[in-house]
Amino acid sequence: MADTNKKTAGAFDIRNFIGMLLGLYGIILTLMGLLGDKELDKTGGVNANLWTGLALIVVSALFIGWARARPTVVPDHVEPVIDDETRPAPRKKPKPRH
Amino acid sequence: MTSALAPAALAAKPLIDANAVDYVMVALYFVFVMGIGLAARRAVSDSIDFFLSGRSLPAWVTGLAFISANLGAVEIMGMSANGAQIGLPTVHYFWVGAIPAMLFLGVVMMPFYYGSKVRSVPEFMFRRFGTGAHLVNALSFALAQLLIAGVNLYLLGSIVQALLGWPMWVALIVAAAIVLSYITLGGLSAAIYNEVLQFFVIVASLLPLTLIGLHKVGGWSGLMDKMKPAIDGATGDTTATVAQQQSSWSGQALSGFDSPILSVIGIVFGLGFVLSFGYWTTNFVEVQRAMASDSISSARKTPIIGAFPKMFIPFIVIVPGMIAAVLVKEMADLKAGGAPKGGAGGNVQYNDALILLMRDVLPNGLLGLAIAGLLAAFMAGMAANISAFNTVFSYDLWERYIRKDRSDDYYLRIGRLATVAATFIAIFTASIAGNFSNIMDYLQTLFGFFNAPLFATFILGMFWKRMTPTAGWMGLVSGTLSAILVWMCGNPDIFGLFSLPGQGLAFVAASTAFVVDIIVSVVVSMATEPKPASELKGLVYSETPKEDLVDPHEAARPWYQRTIPLAIIAGVLVLLLNFLF
Repeated sequence: MADTNKKTAGAFDIRNFIGMLLGLYGIILTLMGLLGDKELDKTGGVNANLWTGLALIVVSALFIGWARARPTVVPDHVEPVIDDETRPAPRKKPKPRH
Repeated sequence: MTSALAPAALAAKPLIDANAVDYVMVALYFVFVMGIGLAARRAVSDSIDFFLSGRSLPAWVTGLAFISANLGAVEIMGMSANGAQIGLPTVHYFWVGAIPAMLFLGVVMMPFYYGSKVRSVPEFMFRRFGTGAHLVNALSFALAQLLIAGVNLYLLGSIVQALLGWPMWVALIVAAAIVLSYITLGGLSAAIYNEVLQFFVIVASLLPLTLIGLHKVGGWSGLMDKMKPAIDGATGDTTATVAQQQSSWSGQALSGFDSPILSVIGIVFGLGFVLSFGYWTTNFVEVQRAMASDSISSARKTPIIGAFPKMFIPFIVIVPGMIAAVLVKEMADLKAGGAPKGGAGGNVQYNDALILLMRDVLPNGLLGLAIAGLLAAFMAGMAANISAFNTVFSYDLWERYIRKDRSDDYYLRIGRLATVAATFIAIFTASIAGNFSNIMDYLQTLFGFFNAPLFATFILGMFWKRMTPTAGWMGLVSGTLSAILVWMCGNPDIFGLFSLPGQGLAFVAASTAFVVDIIVSVVVSMATEPKPASELKGLVYSETPKEDLVDPHEAARPWYQRTIPLAIIAGVLVLLLNFLF
């Protein structure tokens, strides 16, 4: 990432974050649908875990694909946050050393 | 307090039978949320700063955060409870009670908020009307946030109790501790990031619940066929007939008015105009999300983009409530006038509709996802209340009135203390909330007290330059007091001079507050001195150059990126939905 002249947000792009979480959920649910107790009496005969899991994997792929296709470029200079009082321990603006 | 908490202390058996996979699903969510918080805290790279700085977010992110901040415990549990009790008329909270106000905020009011560069809604009040109105606004907002945080905490506690079988008071304290660490780890900026994540988890958990429920009940027509009238267990009266539940209009079961015409007027004026405009256009928790966007164009589009998902949320919140009233045995008993045991509070209440439906139809795995979704919503709701309280307390109250001109570090410490104090207070307000059978009643009451007069003062102040600072605070105070007076007169437990079931009392109180505020403001303005026109630039419509209110680059963009065309599409869609249901 440091070599490219345009820096992208990578894993901290929120679309990747959403994609990762939904993708993990999708994988777990798909495995539950294939291997676990299907509990068809509860759901009325539908393998709910399997279908939800597959749908989540598709959504996850869409988000990650969107982030890949149109990455967010971080500008060179970013203004630090100074006026968010809920934010703990302001590490911002490292003081110049002498 | 004891009446709500004592029976719950006996409930040792968990309501929901969760297994290891479910806990993994919940834990995964916490890992992601805390991961965002830790990344924000350590701020290891510029890119995190960029995303969390809160001044650079694209409109789709702030738009989703805008509705997520509101999609908390209250909305999800309260709306599914209403769905179970009165059926389809509950959609008015969305299609009449939210969308028009959100579009109005984006089109008309946002330019003033964003353009005047204020940090909070009370600060706008300060610039327009000075100390009196600012103090009233800041104090009442801070108080309301504490109370609502309590409601959110109560619901969070009730799901922890349902999940783990802990006594209510233990659940309350543990839930509060979780929220406290969540806020202090992430801060306000990470909250917006989390809200977007939360939105997708909620949709991913409630959409399957709705679809499975509909499948089991025999589709939409099966649901309509199997609906039963709602009967009040104490009096034996029918509070909502089947026909009233099957169609959104005229909504008598919602408003509590006998006459359909009065009911429509009550819903359109009371809910659609006064309550909803008061809430959506002046509530700092919401407006703050739009203020975080990267341009005036994005700020205006924030509530408008939010309106699109918002109009479909009823289908995954209200419909499951309606399904629960048919499928879940305890809910059906309650609706038939019984008093079944169980639920989160000892006796089954309408608020338990969603949890009980989850218990009955979701297999392990999906159950965990649903629990994660609910926990996400409840934490985010309470975190939003507490961080908004925190901002207003530190800037608008402490810095402006108590200790001026201290260092940033000083206000940071005050902010952190305020967060801890607010969490403790919320534990107490949570026990107040436990005594109200339908949490929406309680909340609408609060919004009536605080928000309805606020909207009257804002809208008058933005468009009438003659309005004076004295009129600002006097209008607010008299409006709020008149709402409280009407509520006390109509409350059977206090004066009981008249009675309106449903939400009618809240509508009447809010409408009274609005009218009283306008009258008092106009009368007082006539007798007092207005601010000079030079101080009103950016705050009043006639004193602000038109080019300050729009983004010059917006006209060159395609139609789907412009404010007005998007607002028109949303408006047409919501009208269609009103005709269809």
